[in-house]
Amino acid sequence: MAAIEEQIRVLICQGTGGLASGAKEVELAFRAEFEKHGVDAKVGKRCTVVGTGCRGLCANDVLVDIVIPGQEAVTYDFVKAELVPQLVEEHILTGQVVEKKKAGPYYQKFLEKQMRVVFSRCGTIDAESLEDFLAHDGFVGIRKAVTMKPQEVIEEVKKSGLRGRGGGGFPTGVKWSFCAASPGTDKYLICNADEGDPGAFMDRSILEGDPYGLIEGMMIASYAIGAKNGYVYVRAEYPLAIKRLQKAIDVCYEKGFLGKNCLGLGFDFDLRIKAGAGAFVCGEETALMASIEGERGMPRPRPPFPAVRGLWTKPTNINNVETFANVSYIFYRGAEWFASIGTEGTKGTKIFALTGKIKHTGLVEVPAGITMREVIYDVCGGILNNRKFKAVQAGGPSGGCLPGEAIDAQVDYDSLIKAGAMMGSGGLVVMDETTCMVDIARFFLNFTRMESCGKCVPCRIGLKIMLDILERITEGKGHPGDIDLLQDMCFDIKKASLCGLGQTAPNPVLSTIRYFRHEYEAHIEHQRCPSNSCKSLLKFEVVEAACKKCGLCFKVCPVDAVRWEKGQLAVIDKDKCTRCTSCYDACRFMAIE
Amino acid sequence: MSNAEAQVVQEEIDLGMANKVIDKYINMKGALMPVLQEVQDAYGYLPEPCIHLISERLNVYLSQIYGVLTFYAQFHLEPRGKYIVRVCMGTACHVKGAGRIGDTLSELLGIGHAETTEDLKFTVEHVACIGACGMAPVIMVNEATYGSMSVQKMNEIVEKYRAMD
Repeated sequence: MAAIEEQIRVLICQGTGGLASGAKEVELAFRAEFEKHGVDAKVGKRCTVVGTGCRGLCANDVLVDIVIPGQEAVTYDFVKAELVPQLVEEHILTGQVVEKKKAGPYYQKFLEKQMRVVFSRCGTIDAESLEDFLAHDGFVGIRKAVTMKPQEVIEEVKKSGLRGRGGGGFPTGVKWSFCAASPGTDKYLICNADEGDPGAFMDRSILEGDPYGLIEGMMIASYAIGAKNGYVYVRAEYPLAIKRLQKAIDVCYEKGFLGKNCLGLGFDFDLRIKAGAGAFVCGEETALMASIEGERGMPRPRPPFPAVRGLWTKPTNINNVETFANVSYIFYRGAEWFASIGTEGTKGTKIFALTGKIKHTGLVEVPAGITMREVIYDVCGGILNNRKFKAVQAGGPSGGCLPGEAIDAQVDYDSLIKAGAMMGSGGLVVMDETTCMVDIARFFLNFTRMESCGKCVPCRIGLKIMLDILERITEGKGHPGDIDLLQDMCFDIKKASLCGLGQTAPNPVLSTIRYFRHEYEAHIEHQRCPSNSCKSLLKFEVVEAACKKCGLCFKVCPVDAVRWEKGQLAVIDKDKCTRCTSCYDACRFMAIE
Repeated sequence: MSNAEAQVVQEEIDLGMANKVIDKYINMKGALMPVLQEVQDAYGYLPEPCIHLISERLNVYLSQIYGVLTFYAQFHLEPRGKYIVRVCMGTACHVKGAGRIGDTLSELLGIGHAETTEDLKFTVEHVACIGACGMAPVIMVNEATYGSMSVQKMNEIVEKYRAMD
């Protein structure tokens, strides 16, 4: 096989997002065109179609990069199979870039402020090919790590300042040293890939785009800690991630990179996948271990900590996917290099999943310490439909909502906690003026209540009562004093719950009360939803002063309840209206309430 | 279901596939969950006779198995439809109107969350997060993901699958 530098490579985004947008058809179209034109012979080079992992800008899939040696790579977005013949004929055969179909300047902007370290291979290499991985400095980190003593490896991780990327932010090196110091030789290493946070999908992307990178990080950890057995606990909603990782593991066994005497470097490591079964609480480490053991995934009190008594009662170390992925780069490029990125308290980069009412939804990797404003406006292009920014929910159900005033907060562990949210796994859900904060609090509480394992009372019953109160409020049936009652309950549940799920479940309620108390009051005192989002409080009337007579509401209404003619005000027929909110979502001028 | 009916169902189940799965895992620590998952893959759900077989062969109490089955969202004790429609209810999808998508689907099919149409064609499930938040709101039909859903698109997709066998 010709070296990568001498090939023309067509990189097609084939993560879950890409495939959903038709990446397979695009790939087939490229192969067919190559065949038809005999491209290899005509351009004198090998043309390779590569299915890569996700490149981050999921909203513009299918993304295709054409890389011709000696020329700058060109990215096309929204590629459909019909476009492929033109791309091949003009770009590959005659070297004429199809300017019209090129990704716009926003793509440059999207990449500009990012620093892609963990993602450096995602979107560049064929996720399923070991050769590609090796050609992009794969397994360099582990080869360096084994030249040190295990103790030195742990010191190196401490020196880098890496903190766990799963949410808590505990220093990784310190965590490793606990497990390494535990007596006994039978130890376990677990990768937590049970990404249950609604709104976060970076782990999935790493698993799909660079599975070997994760394996390498786990090998380094296993060497440092002395754990001979490893599990990757992947949530079963990620079929593609499981498939790619399993393939990578199989290939590693075949080549002797895993198992006895890994890579010929003199240590043993067995790795297998354990598919989850759909329970958010299994992201909690003690629950996760119970789940691997085949029990119900219920947390148990700590101590004893997993580092002392974990899986099958043996010392166990658990880290998140992103943490392990960082580790291999720390050894490849050095702890000093890693520590030079980021802020005092948070080193390195952090991946954020930006979703919600934002222009360019996707995955971005930025150096820690960049401000929220930069991430939302500079990298991701600002708010959808040019509406007003209202809040950003950081850290999933365990985090909190930050209002417009907090948008200049730095994104690192400590600043976010100070502002009343947390880094969590890194999901950022952006909300505009049409999102009701009471409804968001209700949404998260509904989620945590359903996912509560039910072992301890504050979480099982407390969350249910809080949810009932919030539901009442969103229906316009709130009582005076509800807000204080909610706050009291929040503090009690936080204090009395057994595990992280219960301890953090009230956070969205607390933070929305803190920053958006007036919205709660409007619901309770005036039976009004200021964002016009709570369905039972919506009137579905056109505000004449705001209506621009554009007819967008008319076009989207599924039951023809909107009457509109060009240049006329829209009128909603209340008898026909099913209160589906299509018109409300479509209106760009807030003219429906 | 009456007793007589239950017996008919039991007799129809061929335990061969379940036995094969158990053979594969019988000596592994923590075999219960993978066995349940693979047996479910083989039959589409977990028929009662299979659960009894697993209990006997893995030497695990029935009560413990049912404890596990009812704890996790992904185990199913009833036959399911040919097309499993998963409606993502994650934060991003919620903000972008997943509730409406779910309602529309229920209207079109006449069934709600965790229910199956009588002709065993569709099963609807509301799930926490599919992890394709960039394309919210999202649904999955079996392994295929459909992003940026709208009420209209929902209509088209249901029609498309209705027309297939």
